[in-house]
Amino acid sequence: MKKLTTLFAATALATLMAGAAWSKTFVYCSEGSPEGFDPGLFTAGTTFDAAAHTAYNRLLEFKKGTTETEPGLAESWTISDDGLEYTFKLRPGVKFQTTEYFTPSRDFNADDVIFSLERQWKSDHPWHGYVTGGSWEYFSGMGLPEVLESIEKVDDMTVKIKLKRREAPFLANLAMPFASIMSKEYADKLQAEGKMNQLNQMPLGTGPFAFVAYQQDAVIRYKAHPDYWGGKQKIDDLVFSITTDAAVRFQKLKAGECHLMPYPNAADVEAMKADPNLKVMEQAGLNVAYLAYNTTQPPFDKVEVRKALNKAINKQAVVDAVFQGQATPATNPIPPTMWSYNDAIEDDTYEPEVAKKMLEDAGVKDLSMKLWAMPVARPYMLNARRAAELMQADFAKIGVNVEIVSYEWAEYLEKSKAKDRDGAVILGWTGDNGDPDNFLDTLLGCDAVGGNNRAQWCNKEFDDLVTKAKETSDVAERTKLYEQAQVVFKREAPWATIDHSLSIVPMRKNVEGFVQSPLGDFAFDGVDIVE
Amino acid sequence: MFRFFLGRLAVLIPTFIGVSIIAFSFIRLLPGDPVALLSGERVMSPERHAEISHQLGFDRPIVVQYLDYLWGVLQGDFGLSIVTKRPVIDQFFELFPATVELSLCAIIFAVVLGIPAGVIAAIKRGSFLDQLIMGTALVGFSMPIFWWGLLLIIVVSGILQWTPVSGRISLMFFFPSVTGFMLIDSLLSGQEGAFQSAFSHLILPTIVLGTIPLAVIARQTRSAMLEVLSEDYVRTARAKGLSTFRVVGIHALRNAMIPVITTIGLQVGVMLAGAILTETIFSWPGIGKWLVDSVFRRDYAVIQGGLLIIAGVIMLVNLAVDLLYGLINPRIRH
Repeated sequence: MKKLTTLFAATALATLMAGAAWSKTFVYCSEGSPEGFDPGLFTAGTTFDAAAHTAYNRLLEFKKGTTETEPGLAESWTISDDGLEYTFKLRPGVKFQTTEYFTPSRDFNADDVIFSLERQWKSDHPWHGYVTGGSWEYFSGMGLPEVLESIEKVDDMTVKIKLKRREAPFLANLAMPFASIMSKEYADKLQAEGKMNQLNQMPLGTGPFAFVAYQQDAVIRYKAHPDYWGGKQKIDDLVFSITTDAAVRFQKLKAGECHLMPYPNAADVEAMKADPNLKVMEQAGLNVAYLAYNTTQPPFDKVEVRKALNKAINKQAVVDAVFQGQATPATNPIPPTMWSYNDAIEDDTYEPEVAKKMLEDAGVKDLSMKLWAMPVARPYMLNARRAAELMQADFAKIGVNVEIVSYEWAEYLEKSKAKDRDGAVILGWTGDNGDPDNFLDTLLGCDAVGGNNRAQWCNKEFDDLVTKAKETSDVAERTKLYEQAQVVFKREAPWATIDHSLSIVPMRKNVEGFVQSPLGDFAFDGVDIVE
Repeated sequence: MFRFFLGRLAVLIPTFIGVSIIAFSFIRLLPGDPVALLSGERVMSPERHAEISHQLGFDRPIVVQYLDYLWGVLQGDFGLSIVTKRPVIDQFFELFPATVELSLCAIIFAVVLGIPAGVIAAIKRGSFLDQLIMGTALVGFSMPIFWWGLLLIIVVSGILQWTPVSGRISLMFFFPSVTGFMLIDSLLSGQEGAFQSAFSHLILPTIVLGTIPLAVIARQTRSAMLEVLSEDYVRTARAKGLSTFRVVGIHALRNAMIPVITTIGLQVGVMLAGAILTETIFSWPGIGKWLVDSVFRRDYAVIQGGLLIIAGVIMLVNLAVDLLYGLINPRIRH
């Protein structure tokens, strides 16, 4: 604590001497406290916003506003013909931040990359268990321990990563927050001083903002990194003012106490749009909500039946009632902000009479089914019970009798995986890495039957396309394959796609340069305040 | 007096043991694996599980575990936060001054307004003023804190823009924490405008947290005052021709204050409960908000340790109030 106080004092003094009165401070009213400042250890977006997108960079970055990757700390890369060897050319002259607690003596190089990845991978690495109870959840979650063969330093500016098998989403994975590049020099110093825990408390990286201080549950302070390889930021100071209540965040935004806030209350959005001092950005979030039939159980094993039910759902009415305009009806299993989204596909139209006839033609009479409604609100589905009731009414119109069931959340997730479970399940998904594989294969692939594939749907044509795409590194080629896969999906209708919720970001009118991320991140490089 | 003290202490010890048993059982009664809950590790190999289980002492008899826990608690060891890996007690002492500052302001607010309001209501018994004061007190007493806080923020900060919305001080000020009390630290910082900023940030949370104690104190003062005013010595004083101010202010008030002081003491527990909501809504970095945040973070070690520390603080304050009361009013000692 004493050290922290000294740090506060020193920084305060430094800020004063630098002429704090003229500095440009951007205040972000964040929704919660970060779990820590080592992005590899955690999974929450709140933590990534506070650590990964401020202090750190990755080998690849997501191009602002998209889910496509672009060069980051790796200037370029080549992939061997067999798709197993990735050789990264690192960006020269990248400076680590200089802070009160560390002064780097060298530029970024291959050692930093190897350190950052191997500590998460190798259980005998000295930094593998440096935080008691910490685990590298994302690293394991993306299957990297099974995929990686070796990480080698070719020379100071070249790193070669070998894989055990082809893995197309690999590059996208490296752009994710958990793959942030730390300074090995800083880590070595902490290790020598026996203060390894500090790596998770006082971050130091190559990113656009350098960490200054954190007051638990109240405020995080950063200053612009003057030697940032992407150029110094227009704002001098970045402050996260932690404000957990959405209504209070809105009041602070209105009063000008902060410049931008995440996650507004749905009920406040109209007032925000009406306020002349504010502007509101919105776009479809990287998510989807769906109703998954059990395609192995009659009568849902018949595509005509599934199609008929899809046509019976008044999707717009469901979206309006549950989201009050803050979602769009979904056509495809991937959201429109995702690359390879197939615009050409037409959604099932709402035609109850046609649906009724289709059901009769399929020989289905007096159908009674269970409809599972999630017990919790998720971004992609705010009120599943309400959605289920509307669908119940829709289905009643075509003579289908629906019983709504629900279970405790963990039980719901577990029970809905069962291959022989009854009826149709409402569920959804939020993307992790901006790769279509993360939706199409994870949720609909044959391997996922009995797991994430709640429709228990194994279609050879679809699975072949998705698997082929996974093993191809060429993005244009993959795009084509995924577009075809979506055609198969729509034709076979294992789900009724429900909605993509909107991600809504209100901010002061004078904020410029903020780009909404389809991945739901809040990053403030490139942001400016104009008067 | 000493026997009185011992008597109180004799009640306190079993109470504390009871609370410590509840805190100790907390993790073990939650659904899920206590080892996973306490370590924060969600994916564990059986070996790792056994290792952590051993580290945490889960492989020993439950009684031994409890005694060990109690021994640690008595030495100030309330465990490590699962999230920050820092001792719970350290975090508590960092955040406690913010709660104390807010609670003190709220109590002062409640006393300064509540006692005169109660006295006036008692003197003007049955009048419109009395009914107005008591009616307002009833409303204040039944006001949901969260709603009241939001309402004040929206009206006073949002529409009228008289006070800042939340936090302890404007983020433009940045100075080291010396005492932990923002009003004092802002003066010590020597930065122009810092004290005003800290003060204006205190206004709304003080009102919100002070509302319920204010209502309780006003009602208690009124009834104590009414009782005292009907006593013989007051009538005698009046008959002697003393001014109403002297009768009420000097003779009656002093005696009416005895039950009011107990009431004020009892409000400490109420305050801490209220602080949980008030601090959350005003982003006030004290122990109330800390506990709520810990619930969201699933930091069971903090919830467990924090609750026990707070229970201890409430018990100590109640003990102090009892002793104080015993000093003021010797009759209570028997």
